[in-house]
Amino acid sequence: MDFDLSEEQQLLKDNVDRLTANRYAEIKTRTELMKSAKGYSEAFWKEFAEMGLLAIPFAEEHGGMGQGAIETMLVGEAFGRAQVLEPYFPTVILAGSALRLGAGEAMKAAVIPEVAAGTLTLAFAHQEPEARFDLANVTTSAKADGKGGYVLEGAKCVVLGGDSADKLVVSARVSGDRASKDGLALFLVDANAPGVTRKGYPTQDGTRAADVTLSGVKVGADGVIGEAGKAYPVIERTVQNGIAYLAAEAVGGMNALHELTVEYLKTRKQFGVPIGSFQVLQHRSVDMFVSVEQAKSMALYACVMVDEPDESERRRAMHAVKVQIGKSARHVGQEAIQLHGGIGMTMEYKGGHYFKRLTMIDLMFGNADHHLRELTKAGGLLAA
Amino acid sequence: MDLRFSPEENAFRQEVRSFFQTEIPLSIRSKSIEGRRLTKEDMVTAHKTLHKKGWAVYNWPKDWGGCEWTPVQQYIFLEEMQSNGVPPPLAFNTSMNGPVIIQFGTDAQKKKFLPRIAALDDWWCQGFSEPGSGSDLASLKTTAVRQGDHYIVNGQKTWTTLAQYADWIFCLVRTDPSAKKQLGISYIVFPMTTPGVTRRPIQLIDGGSEVNEVFFDDVKVPVENLIGEENRGWDCAKFLLGNERFGIARVGISKMRVARIKELARRVPSGSGGVLMEDPQFAEKVAAAEVELKALEMTQMRFLAAERGNKSGKPNPATSMLKLKGSEIQQTVTELLMELAGPLAIPYANDEDDMIGHNEPIGAEWAAPAAPTYFNYRKVSIYGGSNEIQRNILAKAVLGF
Repeated sequence: MDFDLSEEQQLLKDNVDRLTANRYAEIKTRTELMKSAKGYSEAFWKEFAEMGLLAIPFAEEHGGMGQGAIETMLVGEAFGRAQVLEPYFPTVILAGSALRLGAGEAMKAAVIPEVAAGTLTLAFAHQEPEARFDLANVTTSAKADGKGGYVLEGAKCVVLGGDSADKLVVSARVSGDRASKDGLALFLVDANAPGVTRKGYPTQDGTRAADVTLSGVKVGADGVIGEAGKAYPVIERTVQNGIAYLAAEAVGGMNALHELTVEYLKTRKQFGVPIGSFQVLQHRSVDMFVSVEQAKSMALYACVMVDEPDESERRRAMHAVKVQIGKSARHVGQEAIQLHGGIGMTMEYKGGHYFKRLTMIDLMFGNADHHLRELTKAGGLLAA
Repeated sequence: MDLRFSPEENAFRQEVRSFFQTEIPLSIRSKSIEGRRLTKEDMVTAHKTLHKKGWAVYNWPKDWGGCEWTPVQQYIFLEEMQSNGVPPPLAFNTSMNGPVIIQFGTDAQKKKFLPRIAALDDWWCQGFSEPGSGSDLASLKTTAVRQGDHYIVNGQKTWTTLAQYADWIFCLVRTDPSAKKQLGISYIVFPMTTPGVTRRPIQLIDGGSEVNEVFFDDVKVPVENLIGEENRGWDCAKFLLGNERFGIARVGISKMRVARIKELARRVPSGSGGVLMEDPQFAEKVAAAEVELKALEMTQMRFLAAERGNKSGKPNPATSMLKLKGSEIQQTVTELLMELAGPLAIPYANDEDDMIGHNEPIGAEWAAPAAPTYFNYRKVSIYGGSNEIQRNILAKAVLGF
């Protein structure tokens, strides 16, 4: 048992920490990028590509680094700490996982090298307005065109990074009832294909998303990811990879927010003394520390379990991870704002940015309540 | 990074587990698992069995019978011990007084005391807390006045756990009343049978009397029973309190209890036709405790791994978190067990002499210890430095307030 990073991993961590801390050193950088056309910096994206960050989880034969969950965790932590806006999560983690885990050789060879090189952005168009957190609840339909291709019809919402992505990984139903795990398929669709309408908007955490309407969208046989009708396991694993990454990002954010809070308590003076001299505030910041440490532990657990071959064990573990992350993120976020007082309420201070992102992370792919319910249904974590 | 145990570590776990399961009597282990009270004899049997194997003082230096296990091996040992319901080696002997004597005692004291401490030939108890000194231990008032070759000890200790079984006591006493707080304290030891020592059991809210008041009335203690230097007893106290770092979260015990709750909840009726595990609210509370427990287990392993690189010998103050979170989870889990029992937890059946209790079990046998265990476990966030003290430590030493 050892928790040490390899030399290579330590180097990656140092590099990505340094680069993101430097690029996002000023809160103004973030607020200005939020208002820019794409909502993020293409220059930064290019730098991430040059550093190899976009290539991390992909196979070497596709231009990837052939690395795993620990490496993407290091990126997630750094991006969470710096509150990076670039669409790493939608492109590399979500859609990237769907391709990596589901696509055939030809598609991987055609698309992944471009993703890894930073010349192609992706989004995972799966969420539907009435599905809430049920991953199988898909009504978008895919009708076979008789030539191996399909015609897509339906609506997706809150597609993260969907406003500016070049291509979309779209889930749709080829058969079965709504919410059935059978009959789902994934397609790689050009975001500007005829019949695709995107309504882009900013999200609460400063990133971007889109609602996507698919109306008679034609996808050729070469656009089908894996086997049509059998995509549910790929969707589930894509989301599990998403949860592992979000756990790391949340830990990066929580850690930074906690440090910011402790620093503030030590410098802010009221009644002639630093407010950090008050025991009630010390104890509340200690409880935040405990929450952060518990979240860190579960982010590491996610790294170990996200590739666990036993699907029941993996599923229960990832539920547990998201429960802890959601609980810790909410606790640390709310306490940080309260302990800062008024300054925590402003968009001119980084604290609020962390809080908003942490809050949204809980709402993505199942909040703490949802995952606790699912974990309970699955019989809990420990064998009885 | 590799969070799996090595093949050697897994083999060690197997060895430890099979020893516990074959050598420690099942009658004793099931008492622990089911939350029934252990007798002195049970604890002595378990301790002596471990001692015969050479494991009772695994944490001591090799010269005095220690095993020189790695932190991971110690962790595995404790986890298996806890999850198999094995009563631990008597802490007052093996993780408190023994290490203090090894660190601060003279050669003569080591030869005299250590073998009997290790074998539990003498049962020791801890005379630290006093009625006026709880978290503020250094405010203690018991005095030891030097008269020739003896100290004359006067005062009172309290919360003295299992003093009713003890042959010896290790005590913090004030030897220099003019010195500032910590500076005038000494660490002395003496038999509980010394004239002038009296004991009064304190009944606790769980019905049992595991703690006592101990009174000293002109107790004559030979000077050679001073451990370490006179007026430097606070060094011994600090050393002792810093020793117990990784067992304290008692992850193994909580894991064992959760498994038991789940097993029982699959057959305890919910009252509406099914079993309690089908009550989503109860089942979710159990699952939530499991998540916290898994996170704590990982946290403990992270701190353990960090410990391997810690050559300073000083405890990592972050381990206060293990006490804090570990005690909270122990309390959550014992609370769940009582909730599981529901109305069956209400009857009071004491297993000790009591004004109102009697010794007959009432109702479901598994449910009888649920409420007493719940009541008893309120102590875990109070003793060993209350959770508020742990927060003070973390605030100061980790967050830098």
